Amino acid sequence: MTWVLQALALIGRHVFAALAGIGRVAIFAASAVFHLFRPPFYMREFGHALVQIGWLSLPVVGLTALFTGGALALQIYAGGARFNAEMVVPSIVAIGLTRELGPVLGGLMVAARVASSIAAEIGTMKVTEQIDALTTLSTDPMKYLTLPRILAATLAVPLLVGVGDVIGVMGGFLVGVGRLEFNAATYMHNTLDFLQLWDVLSGMIKGSVFGFIVALMGCYYGMHSGRGAQGVGRATKSAVVTSSVLILASNYILTEVFFSA
Amino acid sequence: MITLADVRKSFGGNHVLRGVNLTLNSGSSMVIIGGSGTGKSILLKCILGLERPDSGTITLDGRDVTRGNRDAFLARFGMLFQGGALFDSLPVWQNVAFRLLRGATKRPAPEAREIAIEKLRRVGLTPDAADKFPAELSGGMQKRVGLARAIAAEPEIIFFDEPTTGLDPIMSGVINDLIREIVVEMGVTAMTITHDMTSVRAIADNVAMLHDGVIKWTGPVGDMDASRDPYLDQFINGRATGPIEAVR
Repeated sequence: MTWVLQALALIGRHVFAALAGIGRVAIFAASAVFHLFRPPFYMREFGHALVQIGWLSLPVVGLTALFTGGALALQIYAGGARFNAEMVVPSIVAIGLTRELGPVLGGLMVAARVASSIAAEIGTMKVTEQIDALTTLSTDPMKYLTLPRILAATLAVPLLVGVGDVIGVMGGFLVGVGRLEFNAATYMHNTLDFLQLWDVLSGMIKGSVFGFIVALMGCYYGMHSGRGAQGVGRATKSAVVTSSVLILASNYILTEVFFSA
Repeated sequence: MITLADVRKSFGGNHVLRGVNLTLNSGSSMVIIGGSGTGKSILLKCILGLERPDSGTITLDGRDVTRGNRDAFLARFGMLFQGGALFDSLPVWQNVAFRLLRGATKRPAPEAREIAIEKLRRVGLTPDAADKFPAELSGGMQKRVGLARAIAAEPEIIFFDEPTTGLDPIMSGVINDLIREIVVEMGVTAMTITHDMTSVRAIADNVAMLHDGVIKWTGPVGDMDASRDPYLDQFINGRATGPIEAVR
């Protein structure tokens, strides 16, 4: 009987710890959003974060979209050939990329690149007392470090998704025309005819949510980093893993909200 | 005047501060000594509000430090951190002029740069250090930059957290002299924590010894050697045997 109680106690402890963790992240997120409406706002830090998170992520997101678009065209062609529906390749590539694969894979690549670097940078600042130094210099770390990054990611990732959509469709186009013998004009015609504005917009809204998650997790784990190299390493790992899982989970919820009948 | 009354702080089962009572008079230089891990840094952080005490009160000129305008409170302080805590992403002059480039004391960038270069000169660094990044500087130069940042906004109170840790004896002497000069010249109230006895004798007007979470002894630096307090005596003479347990 004792071991049953011990097992239940163990499960209870983990459940409480998980709930407390969710509560801490929620309070952290609310605090970051609250600071958006209270001056000062550090424009310079915001601009720097936009470049780091948006502009410098473009190559990795672009390459991901390009190869995904190409592979998607091959897969849909092979699947469609089973029931003589090869002509759906352009439209399915476009819809699949804009609604789903563009934002999700783009978000995951940004999580790998940005959540890790934010967590490592802020975590190192924490263990070298730079965060304390900021506070003693009358600068709120939430305003100076967290808010610019979260805002930049929330605004930049949807734009990255939009650019990735175009590059991904071009990847499908190159494979469709070069390998699958589609006529170039017909491919583009089929792509544009079936694609709706909402397909693109819904993917960009997902990108915005994913950007928020990535920067929030990077900042949260950085600010709560443990001591030493091991603490920073653990914070970095947790930021990437948690943001990746949250991207996939929130993608399902957003898809339900946007597209369920 | 800074007054600490029965300040207690624990981390889980680790009771770091167990009722600290201490008074730091305006314009004087107090050095807090004590072994590693006795809570000296936590004490400073509690005064600055970087850590919240579990109980007790800390007042600055009779006002509770946890109340009132926090920015105005922090603007009265400068702090030199143990590892410098310089911002890696900013050049040296922007580190020094950090407070002058933003917030209530904001100045135009050229003026802030001029002040930063003047403060760098004051701590013995040439203007060509201004555009370097902290990672390009030696440990001693980083301490000097940290010192320049601490004095840049002309604070009334300066905290020095282990200012000579990691420096060679000659550089330690230079930093000690600089601290003493700056404290006297600016007429500031200073609180230094260290376990370097050379620093204590160079910087202090008064000394307080923190051990086991309480102040074991406090008095003028001149009275330290004749105190007859067994804890202080063991510490200042660096003896392995005595009332302070030393793990071998």
